[in-house]
Amino acid sequence: MILLVEDDPLVRRGLELALSRLGHEVGTAPTGEEGVEAFRSSRPDLVVLDLMLPGIDGFEVCRRIRAVSETPVIMLTARGDDFDVVSGLAAGADDYVVKPAKPTVLDARIRAVLRRTSGTGEEVRAHGDLRIDTTGLTVSLRDEQVSLTPTELRLLLTLTRAPGRVFSREQLLQEVWEHDYLGDSRLVDNCVQRLRAKIETDAAAPRYVQTVRGFGYRFGPL
Amino acid sequence: MIGRRWRGGLRPRLLAAFVAVTALGATAAAWSSAGSASTALVESSQRRLVETVTSQITAVAPGLTYPPGQDALELLRAAVSPNGVVTYGGLRSADGPDLITDSLRNAVRTGGRLVSQRIEAEGRPWLLIGTPVMITAVDGARAPSGIEVYVARDLTAVDDEINGMARNAGLTAGLALPLAVLLALLAASSVLRPVRRLRDTARRLAAGDLRARSRPRGSDELADLTVTINEMAASVQSSMTAMRRMQADAKRFAADVSHELRTPLSTLTAVVEVLSMSADRMEPDARESAQLAITETQRLVTLVEDLMEVSRFDAGTAELRVEDVNVTTAVRQCLRARSWLGRVELVAPDEVAARLDRRRLDVVVANLVGNALRHGAPPVRVIVSASGVEVRIEVVDSGPGIVEHVLPHVFDRFYKADAARARTPGSGLGLAIAMENARLHGGDLTVSNRESGGARFVLRLPGEAGRR
Repeated sequence: MILLVEDDPLVRRGLELALSRLGHEVGTAPTGEEGVEAFRSSRPDLVVLDLMLPGIDGFEVCRRIRAVSETPVIMLTARGDDFDVVSGLAAGADDYVVKPAKPTVLDARIRAVLRRTSGTGEEVRAHGDLRIDTTGLTVSLRDEQVSLTPTELRLLLTLTRAPGRVFSREQLLQEVWEHDYLGDSRLVDNCVQRLRAKIETDAAAPRYVQTVRGFGYRFGPL
Repeated sequence: MIGRRWRGGLRPRLLAAFVAVTALGATAAAWSSAGSASTALVESSQRRLVETVTSQITAVAPGLTYPPGQDALELLRAAVSPNGVVTYGGLRSADGPDLITDSLRNAVRTGGRLVSQRIEAEGRPWLLIGTPVMITAVDGARAPSGIEVYVARDLTAVDDEINGMARNAGLTAGLALPLAVLLALLAASSVLRPVRRLRDTARRLAAGDLRARSRPRGSDELADLTVTINEMAASVQSSMTAMRRMQADAKRFAADVSHELRTPLSTLTAVVEVLSMSADRMEPDARESAQLAITETQRLVTLVEDLMEVSRFDAGTAELRVEDVNVTTAVRQCLRARSWLGRVELVAPDEVAARLDRRRLDVVVANLVGNALRHGAPPVRVIVSASGVEVRIEVVDSGPGIVEHVLPHVFDRFYKADAARARTPGSGLGLAIAMENARLHGGDLTVSNRESGGARFVLRLPGEAGRR
C-alpha cells in the first residue's frame, strides 16, 4: 500500500486515480498531521510526500516517519528548488520526483524503491565487524542489528558485491535508484552519509564506505 | 592622462591667463612710465643746459670785439662750458671735446638759432647744443655774428637714472607675478572645487548610484548648474525606480503565474495518463481528443517549466551544480536519451574532462540539437573539442541557415522568425534558456551561418566552471 500525502484535493485525486490505474493500492491524506496519523494506522509500504503542506510540512512528516520506521519516502518537489531537495534528503527521503509528476515516472521510482526490499542473495557475507545476511536482508554490526532503509541496504549490497571496486555516482544512481543518466548525485552522497552514520564508528574517517575523490565510492579495503 | 589634463585643464589655463595678464600689464606700465620719465628727464636737463648757455653768452657776448680773435673764442668757451667749443669761421677754441657733428653745425649755420641733438659717442650718450651768437645792429636788427657756440653734455647720469627706473618697474612686475599665480590658483580652485564635486556626482550617477547629489553653494552659475544636475538626477532616479518596479512586477508576475499553473498541471499530467491508458477502449473521436489533451498538456508543462527556469535566471536564483563531467559522454547520453544518435553525427575525442553542471549542459545540447533537427536539414553534426581551459561544442546543420535579419534575435525570448515557425513543439524560450545556462557557467553561446549553408551554434564553456 502506498500513502499519498498531498494537500491539493484535485492533484491528490488525480494521482490517486493514476497510481491505482497503474496497479497500486493507494491511501491518501490531505495534511501533514493526518499523513503521520495515517502512516501509524495503515503502515504503508511507501510514502509519496508533497513537501509544501499546510500545518507541519513535508520535511517534518518525513522526520517523524524516519523516527519510527525505515519505510521508503519519495518526495514531490518543484524543479530547481534545490533547497527542497537538499532539505528533503537530509530529512531522510529516499528519492524525489519533480512536479508536475508524470504517473509513469512516479510509478517507475516507486517500483525501483520497492524492489530494493526484495532480497536476491543466498548467503551471509562478513566484512570486518559487519555481517550482511543477503537472504533475510539484515545487517548487524558487532552482533547488533542495524536497521537500514531499503535504499541504504541496496547501496550497501551493491558496494559489497565487489569490495574495493570504485563505483561512480552515476553507476550507483543507475544501479540503486534506477535513474537515467541525469540522476541527481546528491541522492548518492546523502544516502552514503546516512549509511555511514549507522555503520561507521567514526563517520568522518569511514572504514567501510570510503570516498574516492573525483571518482565515487568503494567498500573497503578493510 | 596627466599630460592631457595639463594641456587642457581649467587650472593651468586660468594660471596661464593670470600670469600673462599680469606680465603684460606690468610691462606696459613700466614701459610707458619709463618712456615718459626719460623724456621728462632729458628735456629738463636740455632746458637747464640751454638756459645756462644762453645766459653765459648773453653775459659775455656784448664785451666781444669783432671780428673775434682766438683769445675771444677761448674766453667765451671758458665762460660757457668746459665741454664747449666756440668757432668763428675758420677759428676754433682750442680745448674741449670735439663731438660736434656736421649736421648740427649745418643746422646752426643755416637755421640761425639754437639747435639740440642727442648722439652716442665714446660709448656714452650725449646732448649737443649749438647756437649762433647774435649781435644787435644799431638799427636794432639782430644778425648772426658768425660766432657759434657748441656745448656737449654727458647724459650718462640721466640714462642711469632711467635704467634704474626700468629696473624698478621690472622688479615690481617680478614681485607681482607670484601674487598673480597665487590669485590664479585661488580663483581656479574656487571654480574648480564645485566643478570637481559636480564631476564626482556625475560619475557616481553614471556608475548607477542614483542617490548621488551635490550640495549647491552660493548663488553663482555653478550653483545653478548643481541644482539643475540634482533635479536631473532626481528625475532619472524616479523613472528608474518606477521602471525597475515595473520590471520586477512583470518578472514576479511571470514567476507567480507559472507557479500557480503548476498545481492544475499536476492534476492534468496525472489524469491524462489515465486517459492514455484507457485510450484503446475509446471511440475514435474520444481517443483522438484524449491524444490531443495529452500532447497539449505536455506542451503546457514544458512551457511552464521553461517560464519558471527563465524566472529563476531573472531573479538570480539559478544555481550552478558543478561536478566532474566527461563532456563527450554527457553529449552522447543526451543524444541517446532522445533517440537522436542515429540522426546526428557526433565528432568528439573519447574524453573531454570538465567541471560543469551536467543537467544544464544537457539542456543546452538538447536545445541546440533539437533546433537543428527541427529547423535545419541533415546531416546534423555535433563537434566537441577542448582547447586549454575551454570546452567547445559546435552544432551545425546543412539546412538553409538563418535569415540574416533574424540572426541577432535568435536568443530573444518568444522570438518567432516567421509565422510558419510559430507552431513548433518548443516553448519559444529554449535558446534564451540555453544562452542563460552558458552565461551561468561563465561561457557563451553564439550563432552564425556557415558559408556552405546551414546554421552553426557554438557553445563555449570554461573547463572549470566552478572556479572563476
